[in-house]
Amino acid sequence: MKIVVCVKRVPDTTTQVKVGPDGTSLDAAGVTFANNPYDEYAVEEALKIKEKTGPGEVIVISVGPAEAAQILRNFLAMGADRAILLKETAPGRDNFGVASALAGEIKGLAPDIVLCGKQAVDDDGAQVGAIVARLLGMPVVNTVTKIELAAGKAVAHREIEGGHEVVEVSLPAAFTAQKGLNEPRFPSLKGIMAAKKKPFEEKPAPAAEPRLTVIKMEPPAKRPAGRILGKGVEAIPALVKALHDEAKVI
Amino acid sequence: MPGPILVFVEARDAKVKKPSLEAVSEARRLANTLSVPVVAALFGAGVKPSAAALAHYGADRICVADSPTLALYSTDGYARLLADLVKQLEPQAVLLSASAMGKDLAGYLAGHLETSVAADCIGLAVVDGKLQARRPVYAGKAVVTCSFGRLPALVTLRPNVFPAQAPDPARSAPIEEVAVPFGLADLKSVVKEIAGAAGKKIELTEANIIVSAGRGIRGPENFNIIEELAASLGAAVGTSRAVVDAGWRPHEDQVGQTGKTVSPTLYFAIGISGAIQHLAGMSSSKFIVAINKDPDAPIFKIADYGIVGDLFEVVPALTKEFKAYFGR
Ligand SMILES: Cc1cc2nc3c(=O)[nH]c(=O)nc-3n(C[C@H](O)[C@H](O)[C@H](O)COP(=O)(O)OP(=O)(O)OC[C@H]3O[C@@H](n4cnc5c(N)ncnc54)[C@H](O)[C@@H]3O)c2cc1C
Ligand SMILES: Nc1ncnc2c1ncn2[C@@H]1O[C@H](COP(=O)(O)O)[C@@H](O)[C@H]1O
Repeated sequence: MKIVVCVKRVPDTTTQVKVGPDGTSLDAAGVTFANNPYDEYAVEEALKIKEKTGPGEVIVISVGPAEAAQILRNFLAMGADRAILLKETAPGRDNFGVASALAGEIKGLAPDIVLCGKQAVDDDGAQVGAIVARLLGMPVVNTVTKIELAAGKAVAHREIEGGHEVVEVSLPAAFTAQKGLNEPRFPSLKGIMAAKKKPFEEKPAPAAEPRLTVIKMEPPAKRPAGRILGKGVEAIPALVKALHDEAKVI
Repeated sequence: MPGPILVFVEARDAKVKKPSLEAVSEARRLANTLSVPVVAALFGAGVKPSAAALAHYGADRICVADSPTLALYSTDGYARLLADLVKQLEPQAVLLSASAMGKDLAGYLAGHLETSVAADCIGLAVVDGKLQARRPVYAGKAVVTCSFGRLPALVTLRPNVFPAQAPDPARSAPIEEVAVPFGLADLKSVVKEIAGAAGKKIELTEANIIVSAGRGIRGPENFNIIEELAASLGAAVGTSRAVVDAGWRPHEDQVGQTGKTVSPTLYFAIGISGAIQHLAGMSSSKFIVAINKDPDAPIFKIADYGIVGDLFEVVPALTKEFKAYFGR
């Protein structure tokens, strides 16, 4: 099995977001970047599938700045076989721009399986996996918590409101990983050493005409300052009154 | 001649979902500004009887694909039908709800149309005759305004944010049947079954009231007091990641950056400290109530109403109060 996993470098989830001087993007000063958490599930699943199905290759690929090389190395240390960085010089690529760059590169690799995270926790689109899949002419199963392979087919469980769909697709196919799919392994010291010698390819990401342009970024609307109504059960009448009179929700 | 606004209407078990009524209502508001019609697309098996009511929310024309092939959702099948409608109608915008189905379908449709999606939007506006979308990024820690470089604008709408308008039963619209030019065997992805509690419990992302409990609840056996409070309010039950990681509740109940994003009218955070990743999933709730024994818990910074106290005392007493209030 040849498996391609799309991975993204994102701000750590504890980041306090500040709008940058351009007014349209994140102020990256002082921000720590990390693997997109959902992509860790995707890479883990790829490694598991490879371990189960015998000889194969796990290729990690990212569209991002030169610094994104670090997260590709993190995934090589986890066990991926080689990495491709499609370097971009300006941020702000929309989800089609990312997907078309990825699909262009993945096409030449002719994988059996493409894995993505269900969502990148920076722009929170949850769209790139499906766009890549469609551009490659593959079916996609989004937000999966289980993948079972059998003779050119896959059956995947996909989370929906209050339950899950059991979806059958023929391979090649794409999947986007939801939490619960597996427990990502930690890179071992040996893995970290080995990662330094694994093939690492870098090339410029092809230009893409923008479809969606951010014209403004702002902090979210501030919530009005809250009130402590009191201590323990004695505060209950005040809460019921506030919910009735002010919030008008009951 | 600028194109119509096309709205994909989601049905499960042949019933139209509430977020889709919100989407039709929002399409109506935009269409009034733009002076264009609203076309609703409804796919499924046995959905035709639900079509007429879409006019009450503002549809001017309703395209229905009603076939046993569409009984269960298929990304491939539904996207093909919707892409065909887009080709035929040349809409300037396609609206879907940001539900599991809507998000899935929007992405695949974007691939068909070679365009991007403005996902999970919380505001839409017409500026100089052009659509702009507002959407949260970085788990709600910032909001961006986007313009569209290419039409149709593909947009998914966060449930519970856009108000559904009061239905006007006097409104009617022509209903057209859309042929389904494929069978299950032609599809690249097929849903074999829907498992789990689908439809049986109140879904977090659609709930009007959510009662969430965190690690302060001490163990899965204590969730009954949370369930009872939720039942007294007709609320859904949510939780924090600490609880999910401990294996006390399933991941589907998790609210937060790596769980669900919710915006109910009322959110109870009980025994939840208020970590930034939890706030990311619920800080757009209209009203937040926090119950925590630690007066310095960060959750009190964003809660509209706080009670400092032991949840094991406060929650049962609160349930009793609501039961009496609602006469349940
Ligand atoms: C990448 C990443 C993603 C994450 N995603 C999420 C996410 O999606 N959702 C999420 O929730 N978290 C997420 N987290 C975890 C988050 O950082 C916190 O660890 C988590 O939210 C804490 O859960 P908690 O508030 O239930 O537990 P705690 O922080 O342990 O808080 C328990 C609270 O209960 C109170 N308490 C204890 N006993 C009582 C009592 N008897 N009565 C009243 N109050 C009591 C305590 O005062 C305390 O405030 C994520 C973390 C990371 C690193
Ligand atoms: N710049 C990128 N490079 C590689 N993969 C990406 C990139 N952006 C998104 N992806 C993949 O697509 C998934 C969904 O991203 P998004 O649609 O942006 O939420 C991520 O979890 C990644 O697997």
